[in-house]
Amino acid sequence: MIEHRLGRAALGALGIAAFIALAELAGRIGLVPEVVPHMSAVLATAAELPLEAEFRADVLATLAACASGLAIAVAVAVPAGLLLGTVPFVERSVRPLVEFLRPIPSVSLIPIAMFLFTESQDAKTALVVYTCTWPVLINTLYGLTDVDPLAKETLRSFGFGPVAVALRVSLPSAAPFIATGIRIAVSVTLIVAVSVELLAPGDGGIGAFQSLAGSANRLDRMLAAPLWAGLIGLAANLLFTAAERRVFRWHRARSGAAS
Amino acid sequence: MSAGVSKGGGVSAPVAVRRSSFGRRLVWYWLLPVAVACWELATRSAQAAYFPPPSLIVGRLHELWFSGPVTRAFLTDEAVADLLPSLGRLFAGWAAACAAGVAIGVALGRSRWLSALVEPLLHFGRSVPPTTLVPVFLVLFKIGTPMQLASIVYGVVWPVLINSMDGARTVDRQYIETGAVYRLSPWQRLTRIILPGASPKIFAGLRLSVSLALIMMIISELVGSSEGIGHRMLEAHSQFDIPAMWAGIVLLGLLGILLNAAFLGFERVVLSWHRGARS
Repeated sequence: MIEHRLGRAALGALGIAAFIALAELAGRIGLVPEVVPHMSAVLATAAELPLEAEFRADVLATLAACASGLAIAVAVAVPAGLLLGTVPFVERSVRPLVEFLRPIPSVSLIPIAMFLFTESQDAKTALVVYTCTWPVLINTLYGLTDVDPLAKETLRSFGFGPVAVALRVSLPSAAPFIATGIRIAVSVTLIVAVSVELLAPGDGGIGAFQSLAGSANRLDRMLAAPLWAGLIGLAANLLFTAAERRVFRWHRARSGAAS
Repeated sequence: MSAGVSKGGGVSAPVAVRRSSFGRRLVWYWLLPVAVACWELATRSAQAAYFPPPSLIVGRLHELWFSGPVTRAFLTDEAVADLLPSLGRLFAGWAAACAAGVAIGVALGRSRWLSALVEPLLHFGRSVPPTTLVPVFLVLFKIGTPMQLASIVYGVVWPVLINSMDGARTVDRQYIETGAVYRLSPWQRLTRIILPGASPKIFAGLRLSVSLALIMMIISELVGSSEGIGHRMLEAHSQFDIPAMWAGIVLLGLLGILLNAAFLGFERVVLSWHRGARS
């Protein structure tokens, strides 16, 4: 099993090396347009970027907007989902409203957000909140339909009120689904934050860094930024997946999922 | 889910029952008009500059895009100039990315070592926020359709590719072996066993891709375009035409709802055998 895994990892590393070599070769023999810098140049620029204080500040600005937006979204969506999920009347009434608001693409709100918030950082955070609220809310609601009715009845028969039942039974049992919702939300935060930064680069950020690199005609820097953004996205995804596995081991054991 | 149930019941039930169950579902939409009315009252009394009342937004929406002659389905010149290029790029980019994603994904998924070779690369490619490549495409292709198509394709292709690969990899071995016993040709094996077996996963990827395509269409038009809905909204932004900006948001929201509903309908038709086999 471990050998098998090692083999896969080695093949994967080989794939990455082959891709880099092929991209470099394509640049050298002129398969790609002249303006595109060679792969080696992009990698060299990317390796130097973390040494620049400017770039570090830009990355931090983007991540701060993503993290605070996500935190606010969770703080709003989970209690809202709990309320909706435990009071059927409210759920059935609000559902159509949610289904109408959810498909509004968050990036279509950028022009209006640029008016509403004078600081680009606030506009970014607000849009991240909007984007993250829906997957967290929907997954909370979905998780609440999966709560064991026997556990709820047991608590009720011991004289616990509806709030206690919601907090002690419904919330913990919906928690794995909420975590999935958060993981889905995380993957979209960077997309939205960078979109705002491209259009309103006032307060820095990865998108603002790219705008600046673009006006200086430095395509290698423009390409090095997505490289780092990809690594950050990958790291965030791995982190959240690992945390989910660790925290909710009991859930997987109960539902009998294999992976 | 509930739609499927009521549809199934409607086959044998009298029309009256069907109508009343439809009415009962419609009752639960009571909050929508109430919310719109509250929004109208609140914005009228507050006179907030950035939040025009919905009546004004709908008026602007109608005036901008849907007050044309009957012969052109009420579309105005602006609607033809804005919506057609946007929708054309959306569908072209989405279709190209899906076709490529499914084809490459299934091919990779059928080979154990090929999928191991490219898996880390694919997960990295998927993790790169597609919006960070929009400025790069802008430099490579200049403002215009190719740059927008590239943005949409890059945004859409990864979830489709990775899910197709997963789906093709996890097709039940027994089906493949049964196919070998019946001496199916490679083409038959692909179309009769592998694609149907992988289709639930493929559709999971396609479902994700619909909203991503819309996002990438909008952002690519906001950043680099001289036409389209996104460009029109940016124009409204620079002219301080707040109702027009909201009209754009409403239009894109409606587009999102329509695309989702259309896709779910399509999925229900194509995957009906799958649900039938499981229940």
